Amino acid sequence: MEKLLWLVPLLPFLGALTNGVLLKGRISQRGVTAVACGSVGLSLLAALASIGGYLTNGAFAGGKPFELVLWSWVPAGLVSLGGGVLADLQIPFAFLLDPLSSVMLFVVTFVGFLIHVYSVGYMGHEEGYQRYFAYLNLFMGAMLLLVLGNNFLVTFVGWEGVGLCSYLLIGFYYDQEFPPYAGRKAFIVNRVGDFAFLTGLFALVSQYGTLEYRKVIEAVAANPEKATSPYLLGLSLASFVALCLFVGAMGKSAQIPLYVWLPDAMAGPTPVSALIHAATMVTAGVYIVVRMNVLYQLAPGVSLFVAGIGAATALMAATIGLAQNDIKKVLAYSTVSQLGYMFLAAGVGAYTAAIFHLGTHAFFKALLFLGSGSVIHAMSGEQNMQKMGGLAKHLPVTYRTFLIATVAIAGIPPLAGFFSKDEILAGAFGGGHYLLWTVGLLTAGLTACYMFRAVYLTFHGEFRGTHEQAHHLHESPKVMTVPLMILAVGAVVAGWVGIPAVMTFGKDVNWLHHFLGPVIAEVPEHGGEHAMSHALKWVLIAVSVAVAVVGIGIARRLWGTRGVAADDAFKAAFPAVQRTLENKYWVDELYDATIVRATWATAAGLHRFDASFIDGLLVNGARHVTVAVSMVSGFFDKYVVDGLVNLVGWLSRQGSRALRSAQSGLLSQYALALTVGVVALVCLYIVMR
Amino acid sequence: MGSSHYLALSAILFALGLFGIATRRNLITVLMSIELVLNSVNLNLVAFSFERSDLTGQVFAVFTIAVAAGEAAVGLGLLLALYRLRSTTELDRARELEG
Amino acid sequence: MSFLVAHGSALLFYLFAGLVLAGAVGVVTLRNPMYGALSLLGAFLGVAALFLLRHAEFVGLVQIFVYGGGVMVLFLFVIMLVNLHRLQESRMFASTAPLAAVVGALLVGLIVWALAQAPRAVPTVAASTSLRSIAGATAGNSEAVAWVLFKDYLVPFEIASVFLLVAMIGAVVLGRKG
Repeated sequence: MEKLLWLVPLLPFLGALTNGVLLKGRISQRGVTAVACGSVGLSLLAALASIGGYLTNGAFAGGKPFELVLWSWVPAGLVSLGGGVLADLQIPFAFLLDPLSSVMLFVVTFVGFLIHVYSVGYMGHEEGYQRYFAYLNLFMGAMLLLVLGNNFLVTFVGWEGVGLCSYLLIGFYYDQEFPPYAGRKAFIVNRVGDFAFLTGLFALVSQYGTLEYRKVIEAVAANPEKATSPYLLGLSLASFVALCLFVGAMGKSAQIPLYVWLPDAMAGPTPVSALIHAATMVTAGVYIVVRMNVLYQLAPGVSLFVAGIGAATALMAATIGLAQNDIKKVLAYSTVSQLGYMFLAAGVGAYTAAIFHLGTHAFFKALLFLGSGSVIHAMSGEQNMQKMGGLAKHLPVTYRTFLIATVAIAGIPPLAGFFSKDEILAGAFGGGHYLLWTVGLLTAGLTACYMFRAVYLTFHGEFRGTHEQAHHLHESPKVMTVPLMILAVGAVVAGWVGIPAVMTFGKDVNWLHHFLGPVIAEVPEHGGEHAMSHALKWVLIAVSVAVAVVGIGIARRLWGTRGVAADDAFKAAFPAVQRTLENKYWVDELYDATIVRATWATAAGLHRFDASFIDGLLVNGARHVTVAVSMVSGFFDKYVVDGLVNLVGWLSRQGSRALRSAQSGLLSQYALALTVGVVALVCLYIVMR
Repeated sequence: MGSSHYLALSAILFALGLFGIATRRNLITVLMSIELVLNSVNLNLVAFSFERSDLTGQVFAVFTIAVAAGEAAVGLGLLLALYRLRSTTELDRARELEG
Repeated sequence: MSFLVAHGSALLFYLFAGLVLAGAVGVVTLRNPMYGALSLLGAFLGVAALFLLRHAEFVGLVQIFVYGGGVMVLFLFVIMLVNLHRLQESRMFASTAPLAAVVGALLVGLIVWALAQAPRAVPTVAASTSLRSIAGATAGNSEAVAWVLFKDYLVPFEIASVFLLVAMIGAVVLGRKG
């Protein structure tokens, strides 16, 4: 069954090819839907079959990954690793199925399929329906390449592919002003990260002569001295590569300082935000960090940096989320914040927790986005929560599912978010990172607070929109609500695969932990979670739940009772804070004033150099020389060559003109000519006699 | 009167006929000038016939007259055709080569 | 009278030569083709008379019958047939007239000069056409011409008759309406 793995990425690509090229504009909307959802649905089935096959065969039991080599892709041959060591660099086009990629594969295909189905309803009345699905399928294919690649190069193709699709889909409404700009921004900010990512890959190739995960991990584990020896910029090899990969992850997964593109990415259609900018693509960075966890364990400094960045991002994005009025912006900052959580987990060594949170977050955040999409749909495109309110009775299904997701993200047991978040916090505390733990806890409270603010502003209180919108309010069609319900179930139960041992009184049912065990290189000193006493664990759980409840309580006190007025009150009480949050700490402005402005200035300078020196001196100089030579040559052509030609022509013409009169058709002239001839002959006769 | 006088007259007549052919624009006159030229030739033949006591010249003159009669008939027929076609007998109205 | 006897043939020659030249000049210079045709008749008759003066009676008479009769009638007939005042040329002469006059004068000059230069040699004449050998055996000039014509020039004579037939048919075809 796992032999079907190659079908998993291929099917969406075929769907994209069909909708984007082969049958572009030649099939009905129904046909487009069939191709797009059919390919992803079959891909989901193939993925499930592959995972099932992998779990039930011997390889999994032996802790071995399943590798499917399709063909030898880059047989580069021997490369020198320095010091006379040669390595045979062979990069196969191959897929890898191990516990980690199984989890990712399940999340991506399952959520992706649901969002495809949802899109059928959401995008039903849009222009460019086929284009949308072609891009979406292309994205699925690229994401699956990223997840399934057995080496960095296949992953990188997927990595760039999802970046491309992200750009295409953010700028989907290309006839408006902002979306194309947002798409460009996303793309350019990601280039920064991608550059670092590639640098890391070059370092790996030059030091280990391979890009296959398994071989790199084996090589690092076999020779930790080499990995920890100084390499570049005062960093060890492991640190350098880990840092490069993390900078790449910063771009894709929207961490400080490269997070600015994600909020703007909300310019794309809502299902896109759900799929790409919440559930799948933005988690690629986390996936890579966890995939190469062995490097991070050998680079404690970088790990701490990762955790610090993650925590800072989580806190900062959460505070910004508190002051946003656009429902999608709230969710966008929430996503940035939760991604920060995942990196916090990865940084403190809780890799399982990072992947756990990745999975649970994919469910509830996709659900939140799709729910917001349903709301926007009902509000005829309105995204401002100030203009909503009281939608619960109009959109019952959307409201219930949204509420479930909100409770899940707030971290209330027994829903999904609680378990994964709790595990992260436990990991941070257990590793002795108390500051990080505090930040995480504060973020958890803020998260609960701003998410419930969103719920209260959107679904409770009085309707604040226009009369027209009120008239138009309706629950979304089944094709949209059914995915919501399925995801809601996921948001409830997804956490149950990783229930901590302490809650089951010593009985170890933490399935995920065991499942991911083979992928996570256990380092002896990382046993924080186990080192804690039961009582302490319970305390931690109680504290985190209490913080979440407090956050919800604050939200209820403020927005639950006073609605929008609470925002105004907040504004009146802390105007500076409100302004800072509303303007997102002016990070965009800062970048604009420094990097963007500097880039523009450099570009302008280079342009001037181009215009004056290259264009002016060299190109135009060459032009002038050429023109001069051409003029001489043209003169020669015109007056000498053409002159000769014209001379021949002129002579012919003049001769013809002279001779033409001989053919006047006047008989008398012929007769005269004859006479002249006779006389001339007679004269000749006389002369010659 | 020597033959030279006849031959000189013949020459003048020939030249006059030629002048008519070469200058007059009217086809009838041109045809008449051709007759003049033929007559000058006949004068020449007859003068030599007398000079040489040889009848061949006279016989030739007879042939010339016969040919001249045919020529006149055909020429005038042509003139009539031209007149019907162009409503004129002026030669330079018959310059075009096509019908 | 004695002058006439002494110079009779010369006078006759000049008289008829004048008539011929006058007729010819008339033909070439008169605007009206009718007058031209009458001048031509004069020239024909003058030429016929000059033939007689050179003892070519048969040719002279043929000249009068054929030219003065047939050809002249043909001309007059055609002149009458076409619209007369249509025949009034706007310009009588082509622009080449002076050149033609010069060339004509040159031609005459050349011939006259050549005549003055011409050597006088005794000709050798074939017996079959010699006037002296035939004249003795014949009744007159017409018979003599006939002898030559039907003995030495029989085939050309027959060809000439066919030619006349062809010319007649041609003229009829051309002159027919349509």
